[in-house]
Amino acid sequence: MEHEQQQQTRRKLVGKGLKIGLLTAAGGALLAKVFGQSGKAKSNSAKSSETVELMSTDGTLMSVPASAVSHQHESKSAYNPREGFPNRKFVMVVDLAKCRNARKCQSSCNKNHYITGENAWIKIYKMQDSERSAPYWQPTLCQHCDEPPCVKVCPVDATFKRRDGIVLIDNNRCIGCRFCMAACPYSVRVFNWSEPWQGTFAEQYEYTPDYAGVPSQRGTVDKCDFCPHMIDKGEMPHCVSACPNDVFSFGDLYEDSVTNGSGQSFQLSKLLKDRAGYRLMENLGTQPSVYYLPPSDRVVDFEEGLKNYTEFESVKKH
Amino acid sequence: MSSDYDRLVSDLAPQKFGWKGSVWVSFLILIILIGAYCYIQQVRQGLVVTDMRDYALWGIYISNFVFFVAVSLVGSLITAILRLSDVKWNTPLTRISEIIAVAAVMMAGVTIVIDMGRPDRVLNLFIHGRLQSPIIWDLLVVNTYLVISLLLLYYPLLPDLKILSKYFQKKAKLSKWYDRFSLNWTGNAKQHKIYSNATTTLSILIIPVAFAIHTVTAWLFETTYRPGWDSTNFGPYFIAGAFVAGTGAVIAVMYVLSKVYHLEKYITADHFDKMAKILVMLCLVYLYFNINEYLMPTYKSTEEEAGHLRSLYTGEYSWLFWTVIFGGLILPVIVLLFRKGRKPLPLFIVSLAVVLGAWWKRYIIVVPTLSHPFLPIQGVPESWRHYSPTLMEWMITLATLAAALLIITLLVRFLPVIPIHETAEERKLIEPSSNN
Repeated sequence: MEHEQQQQTRRKLVGKGLKIGLLTAAGGALLAKVFGQSGKAKSNSAKSSETVELMSTDGTLMSVPASAVSHQHESKSAYNPREGFPNRKFVMVVDLAKCRNARKCQSSCNKNHYITGENAWIKIYKMQDSERSAPYWQPTLCQHCDEPPCVKVCPVDATFKRRDGIVLIDNNRCIGCRFCMAACPYSVRVFNWSEPWQGTFAEQYEYTPDYAGVPSQRGTVDKCDFCPHMIDKGEMPHCVSACPNDVFSFGDLYEDSVTNGSGQSFQLSKLLKDRAGYRLMENLGTQPSVYYLPPSDRVVDFEEGLKNYTEFESVKKH
Repeated sequence: MSSDYDRLVSDLAPQKFGWKGSVWVSFLILIILIGAYCYIQQVRQGLVVTDMRDYALWGIYISNFVFFVAVSLVGSLITAILRLSDVKWNTPLTRISEIIAVAAVMMAGVTIVIDMGRPDRVLNLFIHGRLQSPIIWDLLVVNTYLVISLLLLYYPLLPDLKILSKYFQKKAKLSKWYDRFSLNWTGNAKQHKIYSNATTTLSILIIPVAFAIHTVTAWLFETTYRPGWDSTNFGPYFIAGAFVAGTGAVIAVMYVLSKVYHLEKYITADHFDKMAKILVMLCLVYLYFNINEYLMPTYKSTEEEAGHLRSLYTGEYSWLFWTVIFGGLILPVIVLLFRKGRKPLPLFIVSLAVVLGAWWKRYIIVVPTLSHPFLPIQGVPESWRHYSPTLMEWMITLATLAAALLIITLLVRFLPVIPIHETAEERKLIEPSSNN
């Protein structure tokens, strides 16, 4: 209880103090600039008297002159969809104690990626590890493994791993052999068995691998892309911001920080330590970028999710 | 030149199709045309015309591909392994098995393209190929194997083509073609030396390549984590199974050819008897690998393996699984242990059971595993949990099988199915390495 309260107050504090939001804007490079060799980087027009509050990796707040702050996405010209964002390493934390199968993550993902088939990229599994253990809901998306078995087997380098940790698919190159789907132990990859018929809205976009599904291509593989198009705008992936229960937190491993849909930030290492975070199928050596917090001390009822659950229902379409 | 030799040549020279042959070829072409129509539909609509979906992501196209690769291995067994072990009786079977090998490996290549979601991008394999992918290994070895098999079919044909050019003298056009393809074979000592060196080299070369193509095909599955595929036994298990499938195919084809072309003098009961014994041995070896493949995971029964094995032993696929094991492996062994069972006709029937069993065995290897993923199958339509090939898939698959048979039939139409020159030499109808 006491621990919970502490956390609550800290969350409030963090929520108030940090309107700069997403720490995604402030990288490790930035901190280096703050403490020292910041001489050249002062191209900002902000006056040096203005200050901003920043949180360091151990969770303490400090104020620094605004002129010392440079924003990550200003160096966008260097960004290459196959290389990824420089000096970033994206991670996600999924808190199973909070999931009640509201499926908002799924419908938001479907909507924003124009998924028209029966195959959602994010699925909420009804899990029960053994007969006597408690059931729980497990949202599962691409784990963006550091040792991705899908990338290993792709014959044409259509699916690839970026430096920022994201695994993407180049649908203009994919030959549709589906070997990656066979190799993925998390069953997160889906195939466009027929023409996606996404409508003119999705089709008007020019295809780029870092906004998957827009548009989708028949005969190629799709999957969760960790939303680089949202990160690029300094926003959260669709599932993170859509979740009404703050199940998802997204952030940067180098910054040791993740932020949930309500804007609350946590120190990643501490969160994983306190809550005994784990990754799926660690034994396979795939090194996922998605961490799970066990469904203990639940904030929601498992049964509540059952009303949304029909075993064979396909995904909600938009 | 003795009259025995002339009779030998006229016995073994390719013959025009009779009415049965024409009906057979028309039948095959019809099947191929239907399959081609279905494939065009598949290209237009996408793989949605199959019953494959996100879980059952591979189906009979892939199992059929594995079957073709398996059958193609027999070329190396009969031609190369038996040749190098100085077996003499295999002469009448070498060309048949090489023809089967070439037809099968060609259709393996076609089948894998049929399975692709984007066949229009097949060139990406060459433009963007990455060596760490088993598919690229497969591409390399299958093509290498095709080239070596073609050469191993072609070189021993050179003397025969010359003989045929002479034999068909009255048909100027045909004679000319045979002559052209015989590459100026005269049969002098120098040519003989090159010829025998080349065939020996190819026979040696083809063995590692043959092992490689089927081992790599096994690795297509083994490189994943999935229960039923995650096995260190898979390479040798596939090779052992391939020899069973290919030997069955050779026996079936040699029976049909000996009946159709009245070759009983050349393909004798003794040949059937010997092939039957080889088949028994190969089936036993394959059974041994099957025991390894299934018994040890059953003993341990990890969560993932247990679900998969249950579906084979008592579940959805049990009927197929046990029919294949008993009908395609155990029963053939029992029948062939008896002398009467090794007579041509019973052996022919057994060989058909073996080939059919071998085809379904690949289905058993490919399909059930996919319905047992690590995470439960949820949130998809119920029909996605099961896979049963659609009519389209069957028609396309049958067309590939028909195409393989058509290639065999056409090669048999224009090439002597039994090596004339070698047979004549062995029967001492001509001087070894003489000028005939």
